[in-house]
Amino acid sequence: MADAHAAEHEHGSGGATYVKIAVVLFVLTALEVLLYEVCYGESMTGLASLGASLEPYFVELLLLLSAFKFWFVAMFYMHLKFDMKLLSWLFTFSLVIASVVILALLALFTYNRGLWWPGGLW
Amino acid sequence: MTSTTATLAGHDGHAAEAHHTSLPIENRKLAIWVFIASECMFFATLISTFLIYRGQSLKGPLPADIFEVPLVTAGTAVLLFSSFFVVMALNGAQEGNRRKLITWLSLTVFCGVFFAGMQVYEFSHFYHEGLGYSTNLFSASFYTLTGFHGAHVTMGTLWLATLLKDAIKGDLPAGKALNLEIAALYWHFVDVVWIIIFPVVYLMSLRS
Amino acid sequence: MATTVLDPAHAGTRSRSVLVEWLTTVDHKKIGIMYGASAFVFFLIGGLEALLIRAQLAGPNKDLISPEFYNQLFTMHGTTMIFLAVMPLSAMFFNFFIPLQIGARDVAFPRLNAMSLWVFLLGGIFLNASFIWGAPNGGWFGYAPLSGRQYSPGVNMDFWVIGLQILGIASLAAGVNFFTTILNMRARGMTLMRMPMFTWSTLVTQVLVLLSFPVITVALIYLMVDRVFGTGFFVPAAGGDPMLWQHLFWVFGHPEVYILILPAFGIISEILPVFSRKPLFGYSAMVFSMAFIAFLGFGVWSHHMFSTGMGPLADSFFSLATMLIAIPTGVKIFNWIGTIWGGSIQLRTPMYFALGFIAMFIMGGLSGVMHSVAPADLQQTDSYFVVAHFHYVLFGGSIFAITAGAYYWWPKMFGRMLDEGIGKAHFWLMLTGFNLTFFPMHFAGLLGMPRRIYTYPGGLGFDTYNLLATVGAFVLAVSILVFMWNVVRTWRRPADAPADPWGGATLEWAIPSPPQEWNFTEEPVVSGKDELWTLKRAAGVRTLPEPARSDGRGIHLPGPSWWPLIVAIGILLFMVGFMLPRPWAFPFGPVGLVGFVITLVGIFKWAYEPPDAHATPH
Ligand SMILES: [Cu+2]
Repeated sequence: MADAHAAEHEHGSGGATYVKIAVVLFVLTALEVLLYEVCYGESMTGLASLGASLEPYFVELLLLLSAFKFWFVAMFYMHLKFDMKLLSWLFTFSLVIASVVILALLALFTYNRGLWWPGGLW
Repeated sequence: MTSTTATLAGHDGHAAEAHHTSLPIENRKLAIWVFIASECMFFATLISTFLIYRGQSLKGPLPADIFEVPLVTAGTAVLLFSSFFVVMALNGAQEGNRRKLITWLSLTVFCGVFFAGMQVYEFSHFYHEGLGYSTNLFSASFYTLTGFHGAHVTMGTLWLATLLKDAIKGDLPAGKALNLEIAALYWHFVDVVWIIIFPVVYLMSLRS
Repeated sequence: MATTVLDPAHAGTRSRSVLVEWLTTVDHKKIGIMYGASAFVFFLIGGLEALLIRAQLAGPNKDLISPEFYNQLFTMHGTTMIFLAVMPLSAMFFNFFIPLQIGARDVAFPRLNAMSLWVFLLGGIFLNASFIWGAPNGGWFGYAPLSGRQYSPGVNMDFWVIGLQILGIASLAAGVNFFTTILNMRARGMTLMRMPMFTWSTLVTQVLVLLSFPVITVALIYLMVDRVFGTGFFVPAAGGDPMLWQHLFWVFGHPEVYILILPAFGIISEILPVFSRKPLFGYSAMVFSMAFIAFLGFGVWSHHMFSTGMGPLADSFFSLATMLIAIPTGVKIFNWIGTIWGGSIQLRTPMYFALGFIAMFIMGGLSGVMHSVAPADLQQTDSYFVVAHFHYVLFGGSIFAITAGAYYWWPKMFGRMLDEGIGKAHFWLMLTGFNLTFFPMHFAGLLGMPRRIYTYPGGLGFDTYNLLATVGAFVLAVSILVFMWNVVRTWRRPADAPADPWGGATLEWAIPSPPQEWNFTEEPVVSGKDELWTLKRAAGVRTLPEPARSDGRGIHLPGPSWWPLIVAIGILLFMVGFMLPRPWAFPFGPVGLVGFVITLVGIFKWAYEPPDAHATPH
């Protein structure tokens, strides 16, 4: 048992790390919902001024929070941080192609609707 | 102590039957990563379509009329937690700790069932609100995207349930932890796809 | 044949067990042969469709076939040649030669490999069975809304949608399998930069398959649910945008054309060095240019859509990106010529076809660069000029290279040399027939002859070009008959090809022809590029001594399995369930459900089947 634990701690991926990541993920999700409620919800009228100042960056902030969650799951739960680099490259490469295709398609369609950039979509 | 022995025995047994591989990684683990890379394009196409057809529906119901944030938030949290549960289960499997493995894996499977159930409830609720599959572009792209994600969750749940059956039968020793590791990788991937779907499809669509 | 006659009592059981052996095999070589045989049959069917098309177009105002049937013919010709001929013919070489070239005993997942074959074969039979009810008739790229329910109410396009979806499953499974195999099953010492160029081209091709097929999968799902469940993804009346189909199709479609041509590049890069007695010129440049072509291939798709009015910004971007591809492609052509430059050239049949490939591919490549110029493309698009272009790259390119590969690797696959004399006759007939068919199409196109018309009025200036093309098509057909005659003739000879008839550089030539089931009796260890040449140079010989056959004692091979075939049948039924009329259709009907259950049960049984349950007795 002890040996196995020591090995795990070397990797930095023991049970304790997993719990910490879980907490971070939960907090980030709560922040996403909170952000939505502050900007658009009816339950947080007390924070209306904060909502008004955050609202223009709603999408950007939301995507940023999701990117963090994505990163934490991929790096620690999917073990990319500790596995061979090839796997990270594989995943990153496909994510880059996927993102470029998404952005290019959005740009092509919004441009055709008289908008310059997909930002006009949301 | 006994579990250490089991771990070593398992590892030895594994090493003995393992083929020579050119990279320090098992074939099946590399393959699941290749599959995940391919799936990125699958979901990228579905998400692109949903965004391209945002605001293009000719009639309602529209997202703002119909989405319920609390329910989906609950589903999102459950799926996130299941990612945590499955790494704990894998941890147990690798340590040869059968009790830990079975406990956490059962929780994971439960989360999968809960999420799928949440989606079935959500879909039938939407349907009763008048949002059929072919009602408008929003419904078609929404149901296709989240439906295929749900199909992935269902398949993943089935896969993990099979491994749970193995674990209960004592058929998932440390030497076979790879069986769970690849299922867990797939499961995490399904989770990160939802991490994108939740804000992009639900929260962003709710802006008035 | 003789054995069957000699022993009629056992003929029945013997032939049945041979059948079972092939149906349950997981041997990559047998799978490769089955890929090749079925793809060749589909190639003949596609060729027959082309001959009917050419007969109809031989002169103006002909009515040999009806316009409706003509639409089915050109749709099925394109679909068949791309998905059922060129792709699986490449897959034949991947299957047979990748494990041999990297020094492995099989692919990473032998049963998954068998499943790919069966899914492909059943999908191909399914697509061709459509001729009974009405074959697909909306063009090989199935443009919406023409392919939607409103304009294609019959089952024709259902066959196309479901058929391509099935074939996609086979390609994706093979993609995962071969990517893993090449990265992880290489012999000791074979680093990535020591891999044979054909192996490299296969690896890059699988990357393209893995990243482009999911896009067409989703697009086909949309088209299918539009047709079956009445959604409006591509239905303008429902707010849908047919442009989305075009974009998604070509996001897949452009990488797809590289999926068709990169294996050809690989084959040519194997043959030229061997028959020039000189290592490949600029190995690393060849690798990087291929990777660069694949990468750029994801950013040029809209050059198929210049005429849709995307606007000057998008047109310029896709024009420039397309022109950029000419650079790595030029590097490859330069390096091929650099390889034969100053070499001791052996003009054997494979070399004939390889040289023919270079010349024909350059011509197709040049007209391709012309298409990248958006204003010029507006003139050429949808004309016979485009038909000429892609046949120069797909026939003059892919098929010439595949034929070169067939002559080159035939002795290894079947232990028999193909006849050189007949082979050269085949080459000259094919070269003549090919250019006679497709070169005049450039002129007909520039004169304004549109694609996909079933006839044309006389006196527009393209009568002669069409007649020439028709004559050429029949010369091409004769050249294929000559090839078949070559196969039949040499098949009667004893299987006595040496292990290394050409003086090869790669590992497949180090083992007996045909290889034994376990490929390598001892797992090879590699010390550099062109391993066999290094060994020969060290030994001071031209040919290594003939390798001895072994009894394979103690070698562990994966056992045969029924599950790949069963799962493939399940997938077919499940997919067919979507196109059946209501009471039989998937969500409520039995066929799709049965298919689903068979697939699921098959996968479970497969997962729990010990990999060597039926270990062959050695
Ligand atoms: Cu293209």
